[in-house]
Amino acid sequence: MSDGVVPAVPTTADVVHHHQPPQSFIRKYVFSLDHKVIGKQYYGLALVAVFIGMVLSWLMRIHLVWPNWPIPGLGLLSKVGAPGGVMTPEYYLSILTMHGTLMVFFVLTNAPFAAFGNYFLPIQIGAEDMAFPRFNMMSFWTTFLAFCILIAAFFVGDGPPIAGWTSYAPLSAVGADAGPGQGFGQTLWGLSIFVFCIASLLGSLNFIATTLDLRTRGMTLSRMPICTWAWFITSCIALLAFAVLLPACLLLILDRVAGTSFFIPAGLVISDRLQPHSGGSPLLWQHLFWFFGHPEVYIAILPAMGIVSHILINSMRRPLLSHKVIIYCMMGIGFLSYMVWGHHMFVSGMNPFSSLMFSFPTLVITIPATIMTLIWLGSLYGSRLRITAASLFALGFISMFVSGGVSGFFLAQPSIDIYLHATYFVVGHFHMVMGVAAIFGVFAGTYFWFPKMTGHMMNESLGKLHFWLTFIGTYCIFMPFHYLGLAGNVRRYSAFVDDFLVPLIPVHRFITIAALCTGAAQLIFLYNLIHSRFRGAPAPDNPWECTSLEWIMPSPPPFDNFGGKHVVVYHDPYQYGVKSSTGDYLMQNSPEQVEART
Amino acid sequence: MGKLFAVIVFVIALLSAIPIITHSWFGSGISFALPEDISTHGHAIDEQLSETMVEAGLSFLAAQFVLAFFVWKFSNRQANAEIKTFPGGAKGLVIAALVLVGTEMLALGILGQKAWAAVYFTPAKPDAIQVQAQAGQFAFYFRYPGADGKFGSLHPDKIDEGNSNFFGLDPANDIDSRDDIVTGELAIPINREVHLMMHAKDVGHSFYVRELRIQQDFVPGLDLSVHFTATKVGKYEIVCTQLCGLGHYNMKAYLSVLSQEDFDAWMKQKASEQ
Amino acid sequence: MATTIQPPETESKEPRLDNGNSGGGGLRNLGPTNGSLKLVEDFSPEPSRTGVWVGLAAITMSFAAFTSALIVRQSTANDWHHLTIPSIVFFNTVVLLASSVTLEIARRRVAEFARGRTANRSTPLVWLSATLLLGFVFVAGQYIAWQQLRGEGLYLASNPNSSFFYVLTAIHALHVLGGLAGLMRVIYILRRPVLSLRRSTMDATSYYWHFMGVLWLYVLLVIWIKL
Repeated sequence: MSDGVVPAVPTTADVVHHHQPPQSFIRKYVFSLDHKVIGKQYYGLALVAVFIGMVLSWLMRIHLVWPNWPIPGLGLLSKVGAPGGVMTPEYYLSILTMHGTLMVFFVLTNAPFAAFGNYFLPIQIGAEDMAFPRFNMMSFWTTFLAFCILIAAFFVGDGPPIAGWTSYAPLSAVGADAGPGQGFGQTLWGLSIFVFCIASLLGSLNFIATTLDLRTRGMTLSRMPICTWAWFITSCIALLAFAVLLPACLLLILDRVAGTSFFIPAGLVISDRLQPHSGGSPLLWQHLFWFFGHPEVYIAILPAMGIVSHILINSMRRPLLSHKVIIYCMMGIGFLSYMVWGHHMFVSGMNPFSSLMFSFPTLVITIPATIMTLIWLGSLYGSRLRITAASLFALGFISMFVSGGVSGFFLAQPSIDIYLHATYFVVGHFHMVMGVAAIFGVFAGTYFWFPKMTGHMMNESLGKLHFWLTFIGTYCIFMPFHYLGLAGNVRRYSAFVDDFLVPLIPVHRFITIAALCTGAAQLIFLYNLIHSRFRGAPAPDNPWECTSLEWIMPSPPPFDNFGGKHVVVYHDPYQYGVKSSTGDYLMQNSPEQVEART
Repeated sequence: MGKLFAVIVFVIALLSAIPIITHSWFGSGISFALPEDISTHGHAIDEQLSETMVEAGLSFLAAQFVLAFFVWKFSNRQANAEIKTFPGGAKGLVIAALVLVGTEMLALGILGQKAWAAVYFTPAKPDAIQVQAQAGQFAFYFRYPGADGKFGSLHPDKIDEGNSNFFGLDPANDIDSRDDIVTGELAIPINREVHLMMHAKDVGHSFYVRELRIQQDFVPGLDLSVHFTATKVGKYEIVCTQLCGLGHYNMKAYLSVLSQEDFDAWMKQKASEQ
Repeated sequence: MATTIQPPETESKEPRLDNGNSGGGGLRNLGPTNGSLKLVEDFSPEPSRTGVWVGLAAITMSFAAFTSALIVRQSTANDWHHLTIPSIVFFNTVVLLASSVTLEIARRRVAEFARGRTANRSTPLVWLSATLLLGFVFVAGQYIAWQQLRGEGLYLASNPNSSFFYVLTAIHALHVLGGLAGLMRVIYILRRPVLSLRRSTMDATSYYWHFMGVLWLYVLLVIWIKL
């Protein structure tokens, strides 16, 4: 008997780490290991971020068309940036930067992916929780930390950075000399994004390991719902993309605080001072950033595509024309997304031959996107479409995705990009696909899954009203951006003073009014969300008669998702249009067998 | 409500198309038309843009109309209505997408090469007029080599805006720079190729002249250039399109395309003002 | 497209023996209830192993990004001044590789222990502790390497070569510290009176550690060739 102590014979109870439901408030609602709580926390954070981002957009739009009108309260936020409530040009750029950063990172990466994915991926594959619940908790709180660091930029020195969410060097790298906001505010930005990358990597790790390893019996990969696939593919993209942004941010911070010259060349004279750097390459930042940045926009849209597909199928009461094709298209988009980053840099001074090399995959990526759109449309044919708030947003997504997508035909071609680069055409393009289509995916998901998440139904009439106002409103805001772009309206201008821009101001006024109205309409959503949470009608287990696993348990699901039971899966996730004991659909875990549909 | 959706999508699609077709904002007189093309290479870009507009426009309208039509027809049907499959199924659609979009993209990509090549793959002619542009927060300055045809070298430490030494020239020690002509306006003669060398003083900027169909970033540390030939006399705006700081919105200069005589006179006058 | 499977099995109501997080879809290895050591036979696929591969993929991507930054930076200016690698770096390399050897020995001992072939827990603990020690020696050695560079007047911002040297080695060292934390956790679990260390945890920690060694060789290669 060595002294490597033979322990007392362990029993099952000692060895097994069962998920015990937490008891304390902190454990239940704050530092929770439960993926459902974490999903809601991400959603809450995204809600706060989108509200701030939206208000920032109102401020920008107001300043563009009524620049001398003092905005009430703005002077309180920043005495320097908006004395008396009238915004300075630099503060406009600060607001622009924070709007973009908040929306892209804290809304579009959080809501469709981290929020809904965290909540529903484990349930939809029949697991009790994510693979690494502690990492999951850490990833949310790290995201929250990143958010706090970013918001802190509003309250330091001369305010938030002015270099845009793309933060091009050397403007972002040289430090305070480059202008207001480029002092500590820019460093905070870099730090915030650095921390965000870490959080995102932890989250992606969880999603991937969970999807690969924790599927329940019978849940083969091809039986996963489309939204689960979308979250899985997105997490693969995110893993590699954020892993590149992390070093980029580190190098940027070092250039700013440690005197290195990764991105700053020699001989720059800024604010009458010769900068003490040399040898760096501004294009290096652009390459690193966009290598992340382009996959990032697909990270924003793919989950929405998955959510919309899932909801549409349920609303149409029939599966899509092909489950496999949609999934292969999503994989194709994910793969191609890594080959196109240079299309943000056609006129950047990059080798013009490279521009052509990037143009081709950019054009090719249209193909899977078109296939998906055609499949959605083709599946509508002959369906039994039910109109609900959720399905309206899903249908609206298709419309928006088409609108935003076709402007990509133009921007994918370098020769046309010579004219359209850095104009409102680009701004219209990405707002339609990201700012509207992806958000519609989030809205659709909210209306669809709110009953499951809270146990209450949302008010359908208010939801439909919200849809109409938002659908029409966002078209009124963002369609004119394209026309302005064709006229050469340059972006990121805090005022329109050039000869050719002044005549376009009335169009901007229309846009501003549409933006304010559409923004106000979102209050209907906010009210619906809060009111329904407390006073909404009690939600049945499966109000939408949906087949996937999240609907087999009561609303909201119990702590360990399935009440300690093993779920066994017998079918693919889209058994609709069949004749079964439950109606025209069959739950995935139902052992019932039905005739194959012809 | 499905029918309402269909109607609204249909209307929005039509309304969206109107400003494209009429090139204006619903009869207000505000024009969205591309400004007239005053360059030799621009027509290829404009053609490419028009072709793409037709393809994009047709795809946009077709998709929106199909969406509207299908939602109109298949929403809120009877509970036992027959579920039909789109003829051809997924396979047909995949093939259609591959063929249609594939050829479209190939065509655009391959044809678009020419317009791109005209701007970027052809070097400037040896007898092109050499001008250097410097972009700095928040103005453009231009430099002509003067009678000796040579540019003096740049010394960033010698930049002195108060004394109009925008480029940091050192005429005391550098002979070539003594006859360099520095102006705030870019004047060029009509129908002669201009080779514009681009130097960034501080951060990234960009050179954009809509009528010339030219846009090129200034990148600190990189020697970039563009070349073009203007075909119409007139005054055109040069604006900065790369976010460069608080004055970005106001950073502009004028391009004056002059007749050869007017240009020579202008140069003489500027030379005497140095 | 109905795809039903063979005869449905009744839903199993037995508690799962693996954190409630099992998958695989096949018959589970529902371990004997007599409390023998075989209980900790783990069930594949175990998330920790997948997780560590995924994490290593991300780390690889980051270092790929650093490498391409290095390559691009070298080509943009003529200020590349080759530096001499501080002599202690070679000693550090040997230490790190040795720690992989000790860890591998530890891992195999743990595997035997988990399979119930031995009741000896101290041997794997010794080897694990040795790995931990060597790991700390490595990090300390890297710090000395930085001191040596600074002694030559090469700081972070002195020239691009030194910048990348510091950045690459520091980021690697940071990840090594993470690995050390993982090792300390494994040691802590192994020392608990009731056996609860899973082979997958041990394996995942080992893969990560070995990868640190491989990554170091890569970084060293880059430094040697490029810097």
